[in-house]
Amino acid sequence: MSESAEMIAKRDKVQLGFWLYLMTDCMLFTSLFATYMILRNSTNGGPGGSELFSMGFVLVETLILLTSSYVCGLANLAIHNGRKKEFVVYLGATIALGIAFLTMELTEFGKLIGEGHTPQTSAFLSAFFTLVGTHGLHIAIGLIWASVLIWALYRQGRQEDILRKFSLFAVFWHFLDVVWIFIFTIVYAMGVK
Amino acid sequence: MDWQWLIGRMNLSYLPHEPITMGAAVGMPLTLVAIAAALTYFKKWGYLWREWITTVDAKRIGIMYGSVALIMLARGVFDALMIRSQTAVGGPGGSQLFNTDTYQQVFTSHGVIMIFFVAMGLMFALFNIAVPLMIGTRDVAFPFLNAVSFWLFFAGMILVNGSLIFGGFSIGGWLGYPPLTELQYSPGPGVDYWIWSLQVAGIGSLLSGINFFVTILKNRAPGMTFMRMPIFVWSVLVTTVLMMIAFPILTGSLALLSLDRLMGMHFFTSMGGGNPMMYVNLIWAWGHPEVYILVMPAFGIYSEIVATFSRKKLFGYKTMVIALIAIMFFSFIVWQHHFFTMGSGADVNAFFGIMTMIIAIPTGVKVFNWLFTMYRGRITFASPMIWFMCFAVTFTIGGVTGVLLAVPAIDFQVHNTLFLVAHFHNVIIGGVVFGYIAAITYWFPKMFGFHLHEGLGKAAAYFWQVGFLLSFMPLYALGLMGAVRRLDNYSDPSWIPFFIVSAVGVVVVGIGIACQLLQIAYSIWKRKELHATSDPWDGRTLEWSVPSPAPFYNYAIIPEVSRVDEWWYQKQEGVKAPKDSDYKDIVLPKNTSFGFVIGMTAFVGSGALIWHIWWLVVVSFIAIVVMIIMRTMDDFTEYTIPAAEVMRMDKEARA
Amino acid sequence: MQKAREYRRQQLRYAYAYLLAGALSIATYALAVSASTFTDTSFAVIVLCAAALQLYIQSRYFLHLDDKEAPRWRLLSYAFTWFTLLIIAVGSIWIMNHLNYNMGMSPDQMDQYMNSQSLKGF
Repeated sequence: MSESAEMIAKRDKVQLGFWLYLMTDCMLFTSLFATYMILRNSTNGGPGGSELFSMGFVLVETLILLTSSYVCGLANLAIHNGRKKEFVVYLGATIALGIAFLTMELTEFGKLIGEGHTPQTSAFLSAFFTLVGTHGLHIAIGLIWASVLIWALYRQGRQEDILRKFSLFAVFWHFLDVVWIFIFTIVYAMGVK
Repeated sequence: MDWQWLIGRMNLSYLPHEPITMGAAVGMPLTLVAIAAALTYFKKWGYLWREWITTVDAKRIGIMYGSVALIMLARGVFDALMIRSQTAVGGPGGSQLFNTDTYQQVFTSHGVIMIFFVAMGLMFALFNIAVPLMIGTRDVAFPFLNAVSFWLFFAGMILVNGSLIFGGFSIGGWLGYPPLTELQYSPGPGVDYWIWSLQVAGIGSLLSGINFFVTILKNRAPGMTFMRMPIFVWSVLVTTVLMMIAFPILTGSLALLSLDRLMGMHFFTSMGGGNPMMYVNLIWAWGHPEVYILVMPAFGIYSEIVATFSRKKLFGYKTMVIALIAIMFFSFIVWQHHFFTMGSGADVNAFFGIMTMIIAIPTGVKVFNWLFTMYRGRITFASPMIWFMCFAVTFTIGGVTGVLLAVPAIDFQVHNTLFLVAHFHNVIIGGVVFGYIAAITYWFPKMFGFHLHEGLGKAAAYFWQVGFLLSFMPLYALGLMGAVRRLDNYSDPSWIPFFIVSAVGVVVVGIGIACQLLQIAYSIWKRKELHATSDPWDGRTLEWSVPSPAPFYNYAIIPEVSRVDEWWYQKQEGVKAPKDSDYKDIVLPKNTSFGFVIGMTAFVGSGALIWHIWWLVVVSFIAIVVMIIMRTMDDFTEYTIPAAEVMRMDKEARA
Repeated sequence: MQKAREYRRQQLRYAYAYLLAGALSIATYALAVSASTFTDTSFAVIVLCAAALQLYIQSRYFLHLDDKEAPRWRLLSYAFTWFTLLIIAVGSIWIMNHLNYNMGMSPDQMDQYMNSQSLKGF
């Protein structure tokens, strides 16, 4: 199944356009990171990162997301080599690990809020919940997207179509892990110190 | 049964109480009803839906952007008239024409409308109208996204105007600094209207930035390398880079402010550890690139106009490109100059002050290059050229006062005085407004097939120029005398003559705008006499090689380019008629209603956020997600025109 | 057969990148929870370097941002985005940290500070 020149050109444009969108997403996260960095000591008299964050928990979260990104890469490789079954397995694992990550994050948020450390308590907490929450929102959207992809695969199953759509998702998913590197380092690791 | 959750915090007390706002609240819906009645009477609903609302053709979208922008220009100038009439009578012993709360809404909406809906609107109009034609292609890279961007812009526009009818607008100035715009001091819906109209329009702008960047990178005609593109296209390219970098910062800042207001967070509140100064920092990190986003396409337009009307190739193409790129880079590292007085200290102020002064250099290079282009050219003083000459004088004055303001020590004296107001109007009116009006005059024949009346156009230019001088030169003096901005009354009687002259100036500008409205109406009436050929200005760039009005497919045969100003040289060498075998099948995107529906859903969702109707927020959000998924699953978004049909249409258009 | 081997090779590349990235995360964790002897600044520098290294590994091996494979515009726009991102982030932190308000001084201390600044003779 070869692609016509127009199809290739169109795919190229969509990939460039999506990549540029991700770069704008980078800038959005930059403003959230900058805000967090400025406000991280404004705890309104309450506890800061070192009291509230549990590094072990966050390390597990981090490794889960990293594994999810790795498995997503394997899925990308699989579909580029026409291995449909492997692709579905890896994509399923990506989604499962993503759900696990999100569950852990929501548990962390729930615990903090339950103890009275809400985003309304202080500027630090507002910034924390917004930065980490925005990342979580992107993860949630990614999970919805991946599920729609699996549904589309069984609905139409046209290889090059799914290939094109999936490679966009894969870039998105890897990008979210890149952002998480900095959340892990700047928010949690530097917050705990 | 408690129904309150159904309508959030809406209630009748939010209807306007002041005569002017009540007038607008009645006048606007009445106008809409009149338009609807006319459409029904002339049976044009189908036409409107098929040809305009569901279109994905960049030219049509551009015309819609331009129409909305011009209507909003009328409202923005009316706001200016209100402001200046108040200040003219606001001296000691004077009167209060409208209460201060209304006055604050007026200057806020004046700024918001002029920047976000007039300037950005006209800019996107010109991008859509000119860029695909200039690079020899049929449409932008993502036509559907283009339509979505327009309808998001439209949604923002409805929100700003809707606030007049129900709820009132923000009183926080066009940038909405907290803590004034926090819940504590602005509990009503006004600031929320402001936040969401900017947020929605801003997302539209961001998507357009991506769209046009990819278009210029990927849709250029074969043979058109970067250094063979028209300079206007270069200016658009550089502008889209700025848009992609800067607009997310606006999205972020507005989102944080809305979290403060909707969820009681503490980013910028004065309590709870918030830092309002962080907002000022972030919003200007967007705001400064924004003003360069507005002015750089105008620079590109001047390059095209000066070369065409001097019948001479642009002087220093390469240095013009380098200057554009330099201005782009520098516009990222100057934003702190908008808050020298906030207290960052001498080191920080010095750095940003020096960077600000450096930007004047590439800008000066451009001005000189335009003048050198004119030198020894055979100049035609058509109205676009008149607008350019008005720009050259006006913008230079404004630029010079900008360098003055770049010195922190001076800025400490005149920050937020009328001196500042005079400076930015100087550069925006001289640079942006004059440029966009010139561009409309220049490209109008290409879009509609007839000219705008020249005499009225020149009259408009002269009225604008004189009106500008009368409106804003007194403000420089007032600023130095200590008059701060956004005041509706003052106690120094020696200021009164200056304010009166300024008010007269606004009236003169108003006459200029009346000339323009008259020009449009008259030109439509006399369109047969004002008929335009495909190349009415003896132009240099590719868009003048297609018939006027431009056919919906732009080019029947995609041109091949081998140099800058390809069309000019083709004319010198003799334009070759196309062979029958040159015509190929054309694939074009189909019309779709999704752009309109997504835009209107964004409007409904924003309204729901403003009025705290939470169930509607959820429904709107889900609807948008579902529509996006449906669109991505749709495989049949294009249609083909066979080559024979293309040939037939082309021969007919050229006959 | 050749294709299958190439496939395995690429899978291994992903695996190596994954393990390296994971190791860096664990190292950052270890440093953060240890009863450390580092100052705040040197700790920040070390973990940011680890983050930058992980960024490089993920960008290169997961996002395929190496010079030969990806189209040029991807790497170029990525580099440019990082460049402006750092300007905005570092610039904002520089500006905000310098604000008088944040220096937390009393009015008398502020007077003293302003006087000492003016004596520097800028």
